[in-house]
Amino acid sequence: MKTKVLTAVAILTVIAVIATRHWRRPAEPMRSGNAATHPYAPDFSIHDLSGQTLQLSRYGGKVVLLNFWATWCAPCRIEIPRLVDLQNKYGREGLQIVGISLDDDPRPVHAFDQQLRMNYPVAIGDAKLAEQYGGVLGLPVSFLIGRDGRIYAKHVGEADISLIEREIKSLL
Amino acid sequence: MNQSSMGTLFCHAMFKEIPIYALAVFIVLASPQAFTQTSSSKSQARAVESASAAPQLMQPAELAEIVRSTKRGRPLIFNVGYRILYLQAHIPYSEYIGPASEPEGIQRLRQRIQGLPHTQSIVVYCGCCPWGKCPNIPPAYKELRNLGFSNVRLLYIADNFGKDWVDKGYPVAKGE
Repeated sequence: MKTKVLTAVAILTVIAVIATRHWRRPAEPMRSGNAATHPYAPDFSIHDLSGQTLQLSRYGGKVVLLNFWATWCAPCRIEIPRLVDLQNKYGREGLQIVGISLDDDPRPVHAFDQQLRMNYPVAIGDAKLAEQYGGVLGLPVSFLIGRDGRIYAKHVGEADISLIEREIKSLL
Repeated sequence: MNQSSMGTLFCHAMFKEIPIYALAVFIVLASPQAFTQTSSSKSQARAVESASAAPQLMQPAELAEIVRSTKRGRPLIFNVGYRILYLQAHIPYSEYIGPASEPEGIQRLRQRIQGLPHTQSIVVYCGCCPWGKCPNIPPAYKELRNLGFSNVRLLYIADNFGKDWVDKGYPVAKGE
């Protein structure tokens, strides 16, 4: 009897472990319906890597993917080439990706930008900007902002790019 | 043959074939660390272990209780992660050392521990990344162990500081 109980528990354990290993942290779901339930993305103005002013509100009318990342963040390094692909694919339709690096030192950011040929504006953020977006205490974090300037989704951790792509297409 | 005896036969067959392997899997997988650490974090732990002793991990709940406590004898708490993350939120009483994956961070760590007794209780944390991918914890631990500090514990942060500390409602300080 004991053996049977232990066996059943073991099987359930195996199933649970396999399920959790393949569980991808769900993004905050993109809610459709009343836009008023979605907060406006806080505006900000900083300088990008080339010294140009980067102001979020200038991208009004576009779908913006605001991506917080850092060169020391392994999942970010995996994600960014996929974001480059998305920018290539949907840029003409109105997608604008904006990268905000939270590196303490800008030098590796410049190197990374060139190495990966990032095809969207990249700027160095700070704690104040991160706090405007509710605190960025783990990377990467991406906010999907609609043409109306409202935040429609937030992805924390290495994101499911196919999910993000579907969300982008629905907003474009 | 009726359904009940078929069912009984099926269960007998299953239990005959599975128990040994299932028990082995259960024993391997049922340890708490297996549920909380991925294989990459196990290799991370192995890298940390290369500093000649198995690292002692501390769970966030335990450290949160220590921080809340007004008792004396609180350990030194070193943040060996990134400044922007520290400024947004950090553990009260923790000291910012800087990323131990960088030479400057290791240098600051060495300076900080100069003169401390080797038995000093120290807790090291980062929280930048999932446990198995943090670039700062292993070099910090290795440095402390190599310098003879024997009472070093690592705060186990499974995903990141936001999720595993702040969102749990543990004590938080901001700024410098």
